[in-house]
Amino acid sequence: MTLQSATAPVSAGAAMERGFGTRQYLVCLRGILVREGLRFLNQRERFISSLVRPLLWLFVFAAGFRQVLGVSIIPPYKTYVLYEVYITPGLCGMILLFSGMQSSLSMVYDREMGNMRTLLVSPFPRWFLLVSKLLAGVTVSILQVYAFLAIAWFWGVKPPWTGYLMVLPALFLSGMMLCSLGMLLSSMIKQLENFAGIMNFVIFPMYFASPALYPLWRIQESSPLLYKICLANPFTYAVELIRFALYGQVDWGSLMLVVAFTILFLGGAILAYDPSTGLLGRKQDTGGNA
Amino acid sequence: MLRRLTILSAGLAVTASLGSPASAYMVYVSNEKDNTVTVVDSTTMEVVRTIDVGQRPRGITISHDGKFIYLCASDDDTIEIIDTATYEIVGSLPSGPDPELFVLSPDGRTLYVANEDDNLVTVIDLESKSVAMEVPVGVEPEGMGISPDGKSLVNTSETTNMAHFIDTESHEITDNVLVDARPRFAEFKPDNSEVWVSAEIGGTVSVIDNASRKVKHKINFEIPGLRSESIQPVGVRITADGKKAYVALGPANRVAVVNAETYEVEKYVLVGQRVWQLAFTPDQKTIISTNGVSNDITFIDVATDEAVQSVTVGALPWGVVVSPN
Repeated sequence: MTLQSATAPVSAGAAMERGFGTRQYLVCLRGILVREGLRFLNQRERFISSLVRPLLWLFVFAAGFRQVLGVSIIPPYKTYVLYEVYITPGLCGMILLFSGMQSSLSMVYDREMGNMRTLLVSPFPRWFLLVSKLLAGVTVSILQVYAFLAIAWFWGVKPPWTGYLMVLPALFLSGMMLCSLGMLLSSMIKQLENFAGIMNFVIFPMYFASPALYPLWRIQESSPLLYKICLANPFTYAVELIRFALYGQVDWGSLMLVVAFTILFLGGAILAYDPSTGLLGRKQDTGGNA
Repeated sequence: MLRRLTILSAGLAVTASLGSPASAYMVYVSNEKDNTVTVVDSTTMEVVRTIDVGQRPRGITISHDGKFIYLCASDDDTIEIIDTATYEIVGSLPSGPDPELFVLSPDGRTLYVANEDDNLVTVIDLESKSVAMEVPVGVEPEGMGISPDGKSLVNTSETTNMAHFIDTESHEITDNVLVDARPRFAEFKPDNSEVWVSAEIGGTVSVIDNASRKVKHKINFEIPGLRSESIQPVGVRITADGKKAYVALGPANRVAVVNAETYEVEKYVLVGQRVWQLAFTPDQKTIISTNGVSNDITFIDVATDEAVQSVTVGALPWGVVVSPN
């Protein structure tokens, strides 16, 4: 089965021509959300592993580096914070980053297994299907972040309660940006095996070249070049947006940049997955032959 | 739905009122290195004013009516009196050489000063602004604590490693209690039952029974990831209800929260570097620490024992006192 046949041309306007109303769109969205939710719930080890990764950083790495990195006051903090408090927003970003990429990984898997046909032959517009898929992925990752924050609370990381509310839109936006990026990348990958390379070339550089683990001023002190790389990294702004929101503040600069990156990546992903213009259309053997 | 919203908004209003800032007090911080006193508003947590004072200001306290600040200008061998209305130095007291710490009697009439270089405790009558008595004590006297009834005074001597109990009527030493190395500070429990003495090098706080004048308990501090040498207890404060104590741990950069009934350390609050002295606001909702090396003070919420905010003051902040009204 090739993707060419799986993604039989369905024009974006077809759904409208067939007269689908809001209700039908919602049924479709619900279907995708429930599928993603079920997949997540049925894969307990995925849930556990998604939590173990940031928790290891919090419990082990943060404890070891607490004294090495020292303490300093930088906004949004008003006093000295322990290292585990500092890296918590970065670890929330890490969950979104890994989860976003994993969600995209599942698209490569779907394409290889031919399951994507079920999704993409749907008469709904392609952009709607992709956005629905994104929403499903982001929802699942936000649940993971809140589970992580709950455990971190018992570890002494206690942001103000307003922060838990204000971080929700920040998580949503950051999640959308990272999932869109993952989706854009997934459109360029032929096979599941290639994705591992992208993980190493995208996830880790993005994670380490950001203020997730160390403040930007400290990076600037040690390497001005690395500092510039950090500034060009979209993940930097996701982490800062989450950090400020978790302490009840809005970092407007990061907010604008995250929105801009989301539009860019999402637009790119929609274009890439569009059978008439996208990259998929140009690939002759994009699925089913792994 | 409307009812739920009403309940929710009422709940939010209650929460908001609970979180409202405490009454505004003025916080006075002596800055040892740049010879100033920084005035900070306790509500806005902003620096209001900086006052130039004598050399090496350390011990600081305030008259019970809040009108005058008394400040040890150690290298000027004097105690300066600052008017809190004008922030002007309006006089001085004959302290004896190198005054470091002092304590005001509960009736506000007498100041007891530790003279570090002279192995003396100087008793100053505030009304006549003259020395009423000098009491010889151990080597390098520093910590000064007075009982709530004003009858007993405790002075700690850093080199002799003792807490000297002095009768405030006869000005005689009645008891000497050996504590751990380099005792820095003495604080009476509000019910007069105990005296807590911190030992900087020993790394402990000795709890002395005030009736028997014997050490009844020693509080130790352990912070994961920190060497025991960097845990150096200095300032101690006990809440008015006698249930909780705060101990400044010097280069450990933390204030220990101790259950004053069980002597268990409940929490370590991260503050700035080399935390030295502590002071409560009069409503006891906040305790403030001076952080010498990081040149700031940290406001700690007493209800939650969380550090709320740190404010940069002058160079090497040492002592702190809060206006009574």
